[in-house]
Amino acid sequence: MTAPAISLRDIVCTFPPSSKGRTPYTAVQNVSLTVADGEFVSVVGPTGCGKSTLLNVAAGLLNPSGGSVDIFGEPLRGLNRLAGYMFQAEALMPWRTAMQNVMAGLEVRKVDAAESRRRATEWLERVGLGGRGDAYLHQLSGGMRKRVALAQILILEPRILLMDEPFGALDVQTRQLMENELLALWSANRKSVIFITHDLEEAISMSDRVVVMSAGPASHPIGEFPIDLPRPRDVAEIRLTPEFLRIHAAIWETMRDEVLKGYQQHERA
Amino acid sequence: MNAPNASMNFYRAAMFAGSLLTWYVLTETAILPPFFFGEPLKIAAQMWTWFSSGTIYPHLAITLLETLLAFVGGTLLGLIAGLWLGLQPTASDLLSPYLKAFNSMPRLILAPIFAVWFGLGIWSKVALGISIVFFLVFFNVFHGVREVNPVVLANARMIGANKPQLLRMVYIPSAMTWVFASLHNAVGQAFVGAVIGEYLGSVKGIGYLILEAEGIFDINAVFAGILTLTAFAYGLDTIVSVAERRLLRWQPH
Repeated sequence: MTAPAISLRDIVCTFPPSSKGRTPYTAVQNVSLTVADGEFVSVVGPTGCGKSTLLNVAAGLLNPSGGSVDIFGEPLRGLNRLAGYMFQAEALMPWRTAMQNVMAGLEVRKVDAAESRRRATEWLERVGLGGRGDAYLHQLSGGMRKRVALAQILILEPRILLMDEPFGALDVQTRQLMENELLALWSANRKSVIFITHDLEEAISMSDRVVVMSAGPASHPIGEFPIDLPRPRDVAEIRLTPEFLRIHAAIWETMRDEVLKGYQQHERA
Repeated sequence: MNAPNASMNFYRAAMFAGSLLTWYVLTETAILPPFFFGEPLKIAAQMWTWFSSGTIYPHLAITLLETLLAFVGGTLLGLIAGLWLGLQPTASDLLSPYLKAFNSMPRLILAPIFAVWFGLGIWSKVALGISIVFFLVFFNVFHGVREVNPVVLANARMIGANKPQLLRMVYIPSAMTWVFASLHNAVGQAFVGAVIGEYLGSVKGIGYLILEAEGIFDINAVFAGILTLTAFAYGLDTIVSVAERRLLRWQPH
């Protein structure tokens, strides 16, 4: 059997106190998570449960206080060079056009300019933005900017995709459109995905497996649910099937108390 | 800023003509004493004489040269220092009280010292101008670098950019907005450095012309000098605006 794409073992992340006299904050505690090659895993949990922290650890952007990270069997040192990371917030360079943003990753790898332009054009078309390459970001809608971000990452052909609530800021229709497109792109060339979301329906409709996190602090997985719904899926239609509702009910049963806990902590903070 | 439409241009011209006319009437009727407030027609005549006879060109050339050298030199130094210190938290912590002290010091007071160090030629004026422009640009670049969007930075790192590439792809473009905000200010301040320097000790330049005119109570020549400076400062500021529009094309208007 081949080594898993991502293997997090006993990850602990403790942040120093924000000011004197306060106690250090432990975001995640003893988290172990394995993602097989080509597997699509969603991590759901209430607000502030350290989902993003976990993703940053897998990306190598954050050194965990404890535990280990293996990528395809190799311990991770520095940034995860095999991973593409799609951020929750706007992460593109606003001083570059859509095309220049998509080309950025090839540019830093010193790929010939004409060649990278050809590939970027191809990718812009693949994400439905053919002909919009010369637009600056403020000239594009939120959904289009997410497409650019997706093309910017996928052009580098990463073996792993780390996605942090990538479609959280979009309206429902645009969001379902993007989810379907992501699934289509993913099934064409199966990458290992960790998809962070607080939206359980999104998680179930896209993933092979859903991991539920407890409320923070010291957040950890409290349940794992294989999603054996058939593919290819349409994220809007699959939500109406009885199997979907059954899985949803089962996961929600586990999640509900944690969501309430997370909500109360949020209120108090 | 929106492009001014035709009627706005008309109102602007009318305002200019109106103020000149008011000035003319007030001084011609001696409601304002012409000895102190000058006379627009005589000021225009003075400027015409300067430019048609060519006597002003050597002075103008000196002042513009000093201004440009101070502007370019101060901007480049401010840019380099701002980028460097913005990326070096330890060095910036170490230097921060000194920089703040230098910045709050009224630097025009350095003019006599620069005159002693660099003589009465252009270099004492350039030094004064640089000492003013540098801090304007420096603090803006410094803040610009410090306030780079951390998500954009993390994203650029994740797609593989190394340190020099981050500087070129993220830090510099991000700081440019701040740089241009300071450059408009810097143009005017570079002129201040040049003219005050000339005013305090020189044998050439518009500041020298103004000082000379003041010595013989020729208030019209003083005004003529001031107006000439203003026109050129405005011209330089326009050039900065054009460069800004080209380089910051990516910003929403």
